Amino acid sequence: MREQNDIIQILYAAIDELNPQLPPEQRLEKSAATVLFGEGGRLDSLGLVSFIVAAEQKLTEMADISLTLADEKAMSRRNSPFRTVATLAEYIGERLAESENG
Amino acid sequence: MARDRTILITGTRKGIGRYLVDHYRRQGFTVFGCSRGPMESPPEGYRHFQVDVADEAGVRRMLRTISADHGRLDVLVNNAGIASMNHILLTPVSTVHRILDTNVVGTVLLCREAAKLMQRRRCGRIVNFATVATPLKLEGEAIYAASKAAVVSLTEVLARELAPLGITVNAVGPTPVKTDLIRSVPAEKMEALLDRQAIRRFGEFRDISNVIDFFIRPESDFVTGQVLYLGGV
Repeated sequence: MREQNDIIQILYAAIDELNPQLPPEQRLEKSAATVLFGEGGRLDSLGLVSFIVAAEQKLTEMADISLTLADEKAMSRRNSPFRTVATLAEYIGERLAESENG
Repeated sequence: MARDRTILITGTRKGIGRYLVDHYRRQGFTVFGCSRGPMESPPEGYRHFQVDVADEAGVRRMLRTISADHGRLDVLVNNAGIASMNHILLTPVSTVHRILDTNVVGTVLLCREAAKLMQRRRCGRIVNFATVATPLKLEGEAIYAASKAAVVSLTEVLARELAPLGITVNAVGPTPVKTDLIRSVPAEKMEALLDRQAIRRFGEFRDISNVIDFFIRPESDFVTGQVLYLGGV
């Protein structure tokens, strides 16, 4: 299974890609604790969509992983995986472990 | 003007799609295209992908390759489409699935994956294919007309969802053009259909490319969510 820290680095690359496109008040800090969406979050709904797309693209480019992050599994969770950088990294790690275990 | 601009056209092996490849190469576009089969003698400067538009993994691979090789996509033309003329009482469900897969699922997948690439530059043009069979409520074309009605709805909703990303989404609604799509339709049916148009003639490829040219020109950045039917339908 891929190290959590590797996934967080990939999400940081997505943040680097996205930040120049965001208005200054929405720009994201590269920290595991950064709140993405919801209370205290910086992104509006369109910003979150763009971040998820950037994260999917970076996963493909940097780790050759093809994942659709915003699927029914993610949406049906009680706690959104898109809350913080850390929760999203954890969710991606779970999805990868599932696919590795068949 | 079009130098460095890239266009992806689906269904390029024959008919309108094949014509559009040459049309946009002449305008200086870098042209990518796809179809389920290989293209015979592809023109220079054109890259062909053998992809079924309803195959999610294949579509993603194609867009990833375009992204890696060229880094941008300016225009998507969702031309790939199939029809089947049949009375509803005689239409097998396999035909229903086949038409919906290519015409609806294929359009959705291409729009989604292309928009992911386009939104990086906050700029893009998507042109979908509708048909006059929908507003004319053509008998014998229930599934085809319904599938293209779905494309009209997609066009209208995606126009709104993608507008903040700088991407316009429009559709052209051709009249019958003499291609394989209408090969098996009886001549008297065709005549009756042409009689319902304001301008009673078959469409030409150039009628369609003229509308696409309008939708994708830089000056059309305030035009989105529109369906332009040809022939005065």
